Amino acid sequence: MPPPGAEDPAAGALRRQCGGAQHLADNQLKTTKYTLLSFLPKNLFEQFHRVANVYFVFIAMLNFVPAVNAFQPGLTLAPVLFILAVTAFKDLWEDYSRHRSDHEINHLGCLVFSREEKQYVNRFWKEIRVGDFVRLRCNEIIPADILLLSSSDPDGLCHIETANLDGETNLKRRQVVRGFSDLVSEFNPLTFTSVIECEKPNNDLTRFRGCIVHDNGKKAGLYKENLLLRGCTIRNTEAVVGIVIYAGHETKALLNNSGPRYKRSQLERQMNCDVLWCVLLLVCMSLFSAVGHGLWVRRYEEKKSLFDVPESDGSSLSPVTAAVYSFLTMIIVLQVLIPISLYVSIEIVKVCQVYFINQDIELYDEETDSQLQCRALNITEDLGQIQYIFSDKTGTLTENKMVFRRCTVSGIEYAHDANARRLAKYQEADSEEEEAVPRGGSLPQRGSIGSHQSIRIMHRSQSTKSHRRTGSRAETKRASMLSKHTAFSSPMEKDIAPDPKLFEKVSECDRCLAVARHQEHPLAHLSPELSDVFDFFIALTICNTVVVTSPDQPRQKVRGRCELKSPVKTIEDFLRRFTPSRLTSGCSSIGSLATKSTHKSGSSFLSTLSNNSTLLRLEERLGQPAPAITSNGYSSGADSWAPERATREQGRELEQVQEQELRYEAESPDEAALVYAARAYNCALADRLHDQVSVELPHLGRLTFELLHTLGFDSIRKRMSVVIRHPLTDEINVYTKGADSVIMDLLLPCSSDDARGRHQKKIRSTTQNYLNLYAVEGLRTLCIAKRVLSKEEYACWLQSHLEAESSLENREELLFQSAIRLETNLHLLGATGIEDRLQDGVPETITKLREAGLQIWVLTGDKQETAINIAYACKLLDHDEEVITLNAESQEACAALLDQCLRYVQSTRPRSTPEKTTGNMSVRFSPLCSASASTTSDPSPSLVIDGRSLAYALEKNLEDKFLFLAKQCRSVLCCRSTPLQKSMVVKLVRSKLKAMTLAIGDGANDVSMIQVADVGVGISGQEGMQAVMASDFAVPRFRYLQRLLLVHGHWCYSRLANMVLYFFYKNTMFVGLLFWFQFYCGFSASAMIDQWYLILFNLLFSSLPQLVTGVLDKDVPACVLLTEPQLYKSGQHMEEYRPRTFWLNMADAAFQSLVCFFVPYLAYYDSDTDMFTWGTLITAIALFTFLLHLGIETKTWTWLNWIACGLSILLFFTVALIYNASCATCYPPSNPYWTMQTLMGDPMFYLTCLLTSVTALLPRLFFKALQGSLFPTQLQLGRQLAKKSPKKLSAPFAQGPLPGETRTEPSEQRSVSTSGSLSRDCTLQVSWHAQQPACSPEARGEPSTVDVSMPLREDPLLEGLSSQALGCSSQEEAILEGCPGDSKVKPTNTSRTALLSSIFNLPTFSSLNWISSLSLVSRLGSVLQFSRGSLQMDKQDGEFLPSPPQPDQDLKRADHGLLLGASSRDCS
Amino acid sequence: MTWSAAARGAHQPDNTAFTQQRLPAWQPLLSAGIALPLFFCAGLAFIGLGLGLYYSSNGITELEYDYTGNPGTGNCSVCAEAGQGRAPPPTCSCAWYFSLPELFQGPVYLYYELTNFYQNNRRYGVSRDDEQLSGLPSALRQPANECAPYQFSAAGLPIAPCGAIANSLFNDSFSLWHQRQPDGPYVEVPLDRTGIAWWTDYHVKFRNPPLVNGSLALAFQGTAPPPNWPRPVYELSSDPNNTGFTNQDFVVWMRTAALPTFRKLYARIRQGNYTAGLPRGAYRVSITYNYPVRSFDGHKRLIFSSISWMGGKNPFLGIAYLVVGSLCILTGFVMLVVYIRYQDQNDEDEDEQ
Repeated sequence: MPPPGAEDPAAGALRRQCGGAQHLADNQLKTTKYTLLSFLPKNLFEQFHRVANVYFVFIAMLNFVPAVNAFQPGLTLAPVLFILAVTAFKDLWEDYSRHRSDHEINHLGCLVFSREEKQYVNRFWKEIRVGDFVRLRCNEIIPADILLLSSSDPDGLCHIETANLDGETNLKRRQVVRGFSDLVSEFNPLTFTSVIECEKPNNDLTRFRGCIVHDNGKKAGLYKENLLLRGCTIRNTEAVVGIVIYAGHETKALLNNSGPRYKRSQLERQMNCDVLWCVLLLVCMSLFSAVGHGLWVRRYEEKKSLFDVPESDGSSLSPVTAAVYSFLTMIIVLQVLIPISLYVSIEIVKVCQVYFINQDIELYDEETDSQLQCRALNITEDLGQIQYIFSDKTGTLTENKMVFRRCTVSGIEYAHDANARRLAKYQEADSEEEEAVPRGGSLPQRGSIGSHQSIRIMHRSQSTKSHRRTGSRAETKRASMLSKHTAFSSPMEKDIAPDPKLFEKVSECDRCLAVARHQEHPLAHLSPELSDVFDFFIALTICNTVVVTSPDQPRQKVRGRCELKSPVKTIEDFLRRFTPSRLTSGCSSIGSLATKSTHKSGSSFLSTLSNNSTLLRLEERLGQPAPAITSNGYSSGADSWAPERATREQGRELEQVQEQELRYEAESPDEAALVYAARAYNCALADRLHDQVSVELPHLGRLTFELLHTLGFDSIRKRMSVVIRHPLTDEINVYTKGADSVIMDLLLPCSSDDARGRHQKKIRSTTQNYLNLYAVEGLRTLCIAKRVLSKEEYACWLQSHLEAESSLENREELLFQSAIRLETNLHLLGATGIEDRLQDGVPETITKLREAGLQIWVLTGDKQETAINIAYACKLLDHDEEVITLNAESQEACAALLDQCLRYVQSTRPRSTPEKTTGNMSVRFSPLCSASASTTSDPSPSLVIDGRSLAYALEKNLEDKFLFLAKQCRSVLCCRSTPLQKSMVVKLVRSKLKAMTLAIGDGANDVSMIQVADVGVGISGQEGMQAVMASDFAVPRFRYLQRLLLVHGHWCYSRLANMVLYFFYKNTMFVGLLFWFQFYCGFSASAMIDQWYLILFNLLFSSLPQLVTGVLDKDVPACVLLTEPQLYKSGQHMEEYRPRTFWLNMADAAFQSLVCFFVPYLAYYDSDTDMFTWGTLITAIALFTFLLHLGIETKTWTWLNWIACGLSILLFFTVALIYNASCATCYPPSNPYWTMQTLMGDPMFYLTCLLTSVTALLPRLFFKALQGSLFPTQLQLGRQLAKKSPKKLSAPFAQGPLPGETRTEPSEQRSVSTSGSLSRDCTLQVSWHAQQPACSPEARGEPSTVDVSMPLREDPLLEGLSSQALGCSSQEEAILEGCPGDSKVKPTNTSRTALLSSIFNLPTFSSLNWISSLSLVSRLGSVLQFSRGSLQMDKQDGEFLPSPPQPDQDLKRADHGLLLGASSRDCS
Repeated sequence: MTWSAAARGAHQPDNTAFTQQRLPAWQPLLSAGIALPLFFCAGLAFIGLGLGLYYSSNGITELEYDYTGNPGTGNCSVCAEAGQGRAPPPTCSCAWYFSLPELFQGPVYLYYELTNFYQNNRRYGVSRDDEQLSGLPSALRQPANECAPYQFSAAGLPIAPCGAIANSLFNDSFSLWHQRQPDGPYVEVPLDRTGIAWWTDYHVKFRNPPLVNGSLALAFQGTAPPPNWPRPVYELSSDPNNTGFTNQDFVVWMRTAALPTFRKLYARIRQGNYTAGLPRGAYRVSITYNYPVRSFDGHKRLIFSSISWMGGKNPFLGIAYLVVGSLCILTGFVMLVVYIRYQDQNDEDEDEQ
């Protein structure tokens, strides 16, 4: 077999023949850093990259030089070795776990063709080589990038699920390489003789180019449709065979994963910078000391002083030499300044923090039995400093479960209340179902493929991610749980409770049509409304690309080979197919499902099943034994809904038995949801082939529609259409499904002259109202429309369409135009609202995170409409704020758009203070805090950008502008973005804005983003473990982010920051003592403190209390942190640890060391004390001072703190006593025999200790107490209030904001929302000047659109509006109650009202009147009165009288929700 | 009860106060209100302590005499002049006359004080061999390298005791004479030269090498005295219990002082008629002037001092306590002002709420 080559297209005809062991990667995955042999040298090498380690070793080595040594050499080496060993052990362990996971992946099995054995044999993944033939079966994961050569599918198709790559759970179609698809017999690798040329491995997931040269010299092109990518899963196809093109690290999936990055937390970077300062300080001290010693030596050189010690040869040391020696010795002596234990202590604290985060029961998800996992040990404190959150959407914000929620048909809304109740119930029901669902096998069965039994097994486990690591029991449990939650399959999505009214109408249609089916115009017998209903459901059922599978009927068996090649390929084809003569000969074999339709009348030229035969079939089905039900993995889930089902009619019951065997696999979950919805109305999609779609109806039986064309969805058209031939009317119908914004514009213009036209108009306006309502509810809306084509019209269109299809250049453009031509003059049928259920607590979490000053960006691969819908639902976008949509087709357009948007944004925000230009950036960056301040004035717009525009915007010349625009925006939504783009965005923000970024996602498409961000969070949920594997933290749900960041992040940051500061203080203070002593020992680098104390002091005596504090200290209790998210800002602004605090800290340390040195100095001046007794005294003083200092810094004293402090003192004295009693002569030169014992017998010792410690800490205590009283920080206030009123916390504190600075913030935000909701209404009555910004699409002729618009709201929305306003008002009241009289708040309030009045100029005010006249409840009235008062418009008084409250259902609900909100704030 | 509720998840964290970080804790809030009593209490306590210390320090009497012998300061200047060289003539002696108008309350200690003498100098401080001093015979013959250049004598003999500290042993000697009546004879006041060092020092740390034939001199045979020493170490004192390495003058000297100005205990006066102290009368201290300090601008002093529970006279501690205590009170008042003003504000806030 000629092996395939890899070719670089750029390099021309270079064709690498890889016959031998050329450097083509094998499929082994290796992410480990070390091997057994290389571990020690490599690890040491890496550790010595850390400058601190080099420094410590250098010091230790220096000590071996006799001329300069300060301590016993071994003594200094010990700590260094200890630290190196600890780090090495940690690295080893981490690498081992990496190795284990690699091993697991490498040893997955798959079938590889063996030329020796001439058959497929089981091999490990790692043994796959480029050029191997691999046979994959359904639900297997693709082990490498494989060129599809053969598929069990008769059309040479293969479906794959790319969730692991891009997070999309839909099925993608892949095609067998042309030339192989025609093979009649099974593909035989032995006969493969072609040569494959392809491009070099690259990371572009969306592109693959190459060609295959067959034996006969014929060339065939290879495209991405032929390539199966590693990591994807084969779905819905029994078996495929392919040849491996790229393997291992050359696969696109792995190339897309930019490798792991060593993450160092910001705090640590800052700390390292300060360590450098310490080094500088050390050098300065040593230099000073050296100079001093030189002078001292020179002074006594000639004097023959008795204490002068000559060199061993009797000559005296020259001052310069002495100075150099002294310098080096000083470095050794003062090495404590750069604390060796700092790094170890930080590691320990971080490990403990990680432990506590892992252990937090509030971060434990009972549903999946998973708790939060910290996978990165060294960046916990970064969690407290995040400024930007980049979130994936599907699976992260949402559950990735699309559920049909409600619909409107022909202008009539069907609220589906039962459905709503059902959905509401699901949350509780989930846990009960858990026990009902049998634990399915999680791995597909190996062995005989094709047998009835095995297929059934496979299908049962289909939704179970078979690649999930199945190690522990819990994992399997999770896997089984996941299977339940996987898209398209959970009962929640399948069991739609139909609306009784609509259900009645559908059945009526069905019955009528069943009766009238043989008449000339069956549909004419229906009223227009019923006909719409029928069409609506037909459209729901067939206007999609859903693939039907049924477990007991594998696709290739169902499939009869129809000669009809669909879609229509030529005009001749069309003519042929549409002439009756074709009918008899043509489609006789359609539908091998039992009945032939040759007896049918000529009018329905495609066969349909007769009524009788359907009934027959149904009876057969009914006769099937119960096991048919249990064979379905979800039957038990369905059983739990039996009571509801029982209410349905018998026929439906019967239907269900049949339907349960059908599975719908859709490209998008929405489609599946719609199809399931239609099925609930007994309009079930029964089968879909390339050229026909069958729909099963209870009375009408199986209707088979001939599928003429499918115009797929694209994001520009925002719609998809199918062209079908209706079996009942024989008309050619176009069913279009798409975003409401576009469909509504494409409707047939209706004249208002005739009644019908007026009726249509009314239907449209009501439908639009309902659509708006749906959007407010956060539902994904789709409009369904229909167009009836005459044959002539169709022929005409077909001609152009075929031209477009056959055109070589501009094909896409022409097809697009063609589709647009078809999709006009539509007749609106109805609209649907689908719920992509948000995860629990997502809106609340986002709100809280926002309040905490975090900017949230959503980067999703999803389409724009979906993303926007979800953004609204999760409160990322507000209906009252502007949305800038950036869709550009070209670089220039994008640049122009950005400019316009920038101008617009700046014009609407004149108050944002211009900042100095940074560097060469042409745009101004306003600081973070000013951004938050300016959000208060008017809601900053949100930015929506699609993938293509994003690509332009990320170009070098535009990125600054883009960033600036994005910074101005409250939230940013990037749709249709690729994994690489996601990571580029994150990287951009990280590097340009110097901001701390957090990326959260759940799929493999988020991996690169997760890795690039400062903190990567993976959601251990739906889509495999890739995201989790790449992440630093893995959370079970998005909502846990709130607690993770606000509580743990804050704590970790605050603890670590304080600990680091304390460390610096401690070491500086300790070293200061030694330094001051130099003035009294001739700068001779002598140390009065015993060497053991010097070395061990940091490691042993003073380390425990600070560790305990570093691990356990809580500056503010969790509940306060959660209720007052703005406390998080202290971490963002690095309030705890910034250069100023560092230097203050150092100054305090210097002062304290002065006190601690000179008080004992004076106390023992002119006494007979000896050096080491005095040194021991000073050591004890230092210890007491450290502990007291720590006591001032510690905010919470648990028994552990007390014990640690006690232990610390006890340890010091015990060790000192033992050490001083152990050996009389062992520890030269200090030899402190019986020193401590003597000292402790001396009352002076205690007196000096007391005096010194207190004196040293007096200023700190004084300033701290003064500051705590006079200028308390927000954190202190939070603490104060938490302590003052632990019981009251639930009520007044939670609602009333903090005094002082904080107090203004919530009020600002809330008043904004009020003003926002009010201003929104202005658009109804008056045209708001800001509504049409500069950058409207009309302004330019470029094919790009910007819609900066306020969503229009109409009457039905008022319910929602009023409830919102209600919420605002109550909060407003709380604020008013909470903080009048405070001098700080008043001015801000007035300034705010000034802003309000600037927004509400007079027209606005009339809208206020209008609102008040609209019978809202009294509480809204109070808001209005407030705003009126602030506006000082007294004359309007009378009109503000609130109307009597109406017993409005929605308002009551809103009220209830408010109460709930209040109680959930209770933190006790 | 459902399965999920009954069986705790395998990964469910323990719900304990510790793991959930809900340990009961004392949460002091540093503010004026809290600090106020603290400052006042500390201040009062300190002032009390300070007063006590001040008075007990004042109760100690000290008598001090600088006998360095700078020109014109007394009769020791002759010796100082004569002893400019390193080895002053051993015969030079001078005297210090003083009279006590009343009883010098005992127990009286006699110190000598050196200034500007850097015993804590690094190279000096390490220049000793503790093993040799503890009487280890091997170390006696082979002193530690740290002792260099006073490790071996010019003749190659090991120096005992080796090192710079020992070499620079203070070798002035004093005797105290009391004249009860004017023109009466001077009676020598007995000076107790024992018990001036730490008990552990001359019992544990400093030991003579094993006697050879009952003779200390033989034990030290084959060693050389330090270059500056006129006598070998076993002749430091005539008292056999107080000679050799365990000679207490030597032991006291070997305990290096912390600061360049230091005292060392020379003798205690507690015998005979002098148990209660030095009675009034005229005294003469005869000084054998050997130790040269003028070369490095050092001073030598003689001090008679009584002693209290807190050691020698030290007014600093008492004053310091008083000052710090006053500062505490002062800051306490500042706190009080702040507290009162802030408290009002606080109350307002609460009223408003």
